[in-house]
Amino acid sequence: MSTGFTATGAGVSVTLDAGEVSVLTLLVSQILGLVEPGVTGEDPLERALGIGSGDAPSDPVLARLFPSAYAEDEKASEEFRRYTEATLREGKRADARTLLDTAGPGVVELTSEQGQAWLRALNDVRLALGVRFDVTEQIHEEMAEMSEEDPRYPALAIYEWLTYLQDTLVRALW
Amino acid sequence: MGGTAPMEVERPAMDVRPDLPWLTIVWNDPVNLMSYVTYVFQTVFGYPRQKAEKLMMDVHHKGKAVVASGSREEMERDVQILHSYGLWATVQQDS
Repeated sequence: MSTGFTATGAGVSVTLDAGEVSVLTLLVSQILGLVEPGVTGEDPLERALGIGSGDAPSDPVLARLFPSAYAEDEKASEEFRRYTEATLREGKRADARTLLDTAGPGVVELTSEQGQAWLRALNDVRLALGVRFDVTEQIHEEMAEMSEEDPRYPALAIYEWLTYLQDTLVRALW
Repeated sequence: MGGTAPMEVERPAMDVRPDLPWLTIVWNDPVNLMSYVTYVFQTVFGYPRQKAEKLMMDVHHKGKAVVASGSREEMERDVQILHSYGLWATVQQDS
């Protein structure tokens, strides 16, 4: 396992092996596949104006990546979503692409700005895995007692590695 | 963040009390790291580390925390930025 991120004069760096890069790029590509580009919605005129659908995504991962902005006001949530979700989706896609463009085996040198994109992209992957594999706050303790034969084990081991990677990245950027 | 700039929109008249400020609330979730949440509060709001850490601990222990207050438009902008970082944030009017 890599030693995580460290601060450099110009930004941050991390050393990754080929296996780590392939896991990382596979997962980030999945996010890119899940998060559609541009404005989604039924009405082509509204779409042309940058106004998208106000409906919350039915996919639980997308619902977590794009939460409702008003806890108790469905109408206001819809309005907010119609005008902001396309921008948010493009932002997440740009972060994912930055990671894919810069990740490779060996020493990965990133500017602070690229490091921020990695931070958000790693978080999106962790949020997605968290939803799919029912991650709780006790994940660390759960993993310590979990058998390697457990069907959740491989995904959760990757999740734990991403947690470590993201935590070292935050500390390197601070 | 890339993508299109948010559009200014005319809002329908709503039954709101103009004297009360709007709030940005961040909710606890099992995935976002304590270090990351603190870092995001510092980065997005420019809060000093100590204030960011206190807000993060409030989110962690109390389940949610008010992280900013102001106009509705400002709070919606905050929430949009917090969503770009993957935090679970909502807007509501103070009560």
